[in-house]
Amino acid sequence: MKSEIKHHLSDEILMAYSAGTLPEAFDLVVATHVSMCDECRARLDSFDAVGGAVLEDCAEVAMSADSLAATLAMIENAPKVADAPRRAAAGSVFPTPLQEYVNGDLDAVKWRKVGGGVSQAILKTSNDASVRLLRIPGGAQMPDHGHRGMEMTLVLQGAFKDEHDRFGRGDVEIANEDLHHTPVAEEGEDCICLAATDAPLKFNAFIPRIAQHFLRI
Amino acid sequence: MVAHKDKAEWVGHVRRIQEERDQTAFAELFAHFAPRVKAFLMKSGASETLAEECTQEAMATLWRKANLFDPSRASVSTWIFTIARNRRIDMLRKQRRPEPEDLPWGPEAEPAPEDVIALQQESAQLGEALSQLPQEQRELIEKAYFGDLSHSQIAAETGLPLGTIKSRIRLALERLRHAMK
Repeated sequence: MKSEIKHHLSDEILMAYSAGTLPEAFDLVVATHVSMCDECRARLDSFDAVGGAVLEDCAEVAMSADSLAATLAMIENAPKVADAPRRAAAGSVFPTPLQEYVNGDLDAVKWRKVGGGVSQAILKTSNDASVRLLRIPGGAQMPDHGHRGMEMTLVLQGAFKDEHDRFGRGDVEIANEDLHHTPVAEEGEDCICLAATDAPLKFNAFIPRIAQHFLRI
Repeated sequence: MVAHKDKAEWVGHVRRIQEERDQTAFAELFAHFAPRVKAFLMKSGASETLAEECTQEAMATLWRKANLFDPSRASVSTWIFTIARNRRIDMLRKQRRPEPEDLPWGPEAEPAPEDVIALQQESAQLGEALSQLPQEQRELIEKAYFGDLSHSQIAAETGLPLGTIKSRIRLALERLRHAMK
């Protein structure tokens, strides 16, 4: 599940994920990419270490007198099983954090056609941003869209190319309003992406404006 | 600023909780960390009552997850920070927190002792570096981690020596992956 990833998360995004200030939709893309990318996992761990140092330096606020006893009682009353590690089964397309939102792997996704051979599935998150799975047939073109705000697209299967670069499994593209691109899925198997955005996409062509409401994007 | 000495000893406390369900070790960890977690949650906007309740839950989570703690990748304060942060997101923002999947890691792949020692030292040095930053910069970083800054306001350039700790963690990850093969 490692190596060959060429497009990584930025320091800014990893730090915001570590600090816990990103919308849930972006958290999901970050957690899914980090599950596939040791490089970003190491960078994230180092930002978490800053959080640890900040916690260590917090001026103490006294706990209530019976707090330790109350906590031990909480432990005593909880099931005695330790938390199991969260790991995806071998051969899964989706890493664990994504499986937890889909309730399964790729075959559990409930796709809806959105035109041009493209299908999507919107995942339920807090509404300050949105995240969806996209399925683009090999060779098919995504609608050309400009961005308002930030968009993150993580490839889970297949690959896409735009005017600038190629993105394969594990690669993440971070785009802002300056980027106007027309990604095309590489010939071969369907390209499956996880895409989060913090603003409605504005399509330049291909899908009428009224459809944006219908698509909830 | 507190001294960063003795940080590494907390690793042994977590191991004792994991292996022996040692309540004395837990009580010592609790005495040191619970008042800091409570302060962290209050600075993040929780009332004292809510912070107290969440701190107890976070410390109970620590007990339950002790088997998942990897001292070659995090100090105990770093690990407790991540637990407290996730409680904060759950409690104050009512959001789920997607977390990366756990590394394929089990009793057959114990972290190398030299990795553990080195990582704990790097963490202590990072703490020192944070305390030596100019006050303005340090406060900005603290605010970011208390959740006081929006993600677009958080500067990636922290002025902290993250390169060394990152390489250390990277090395530990590689050894873990190698041990799994």
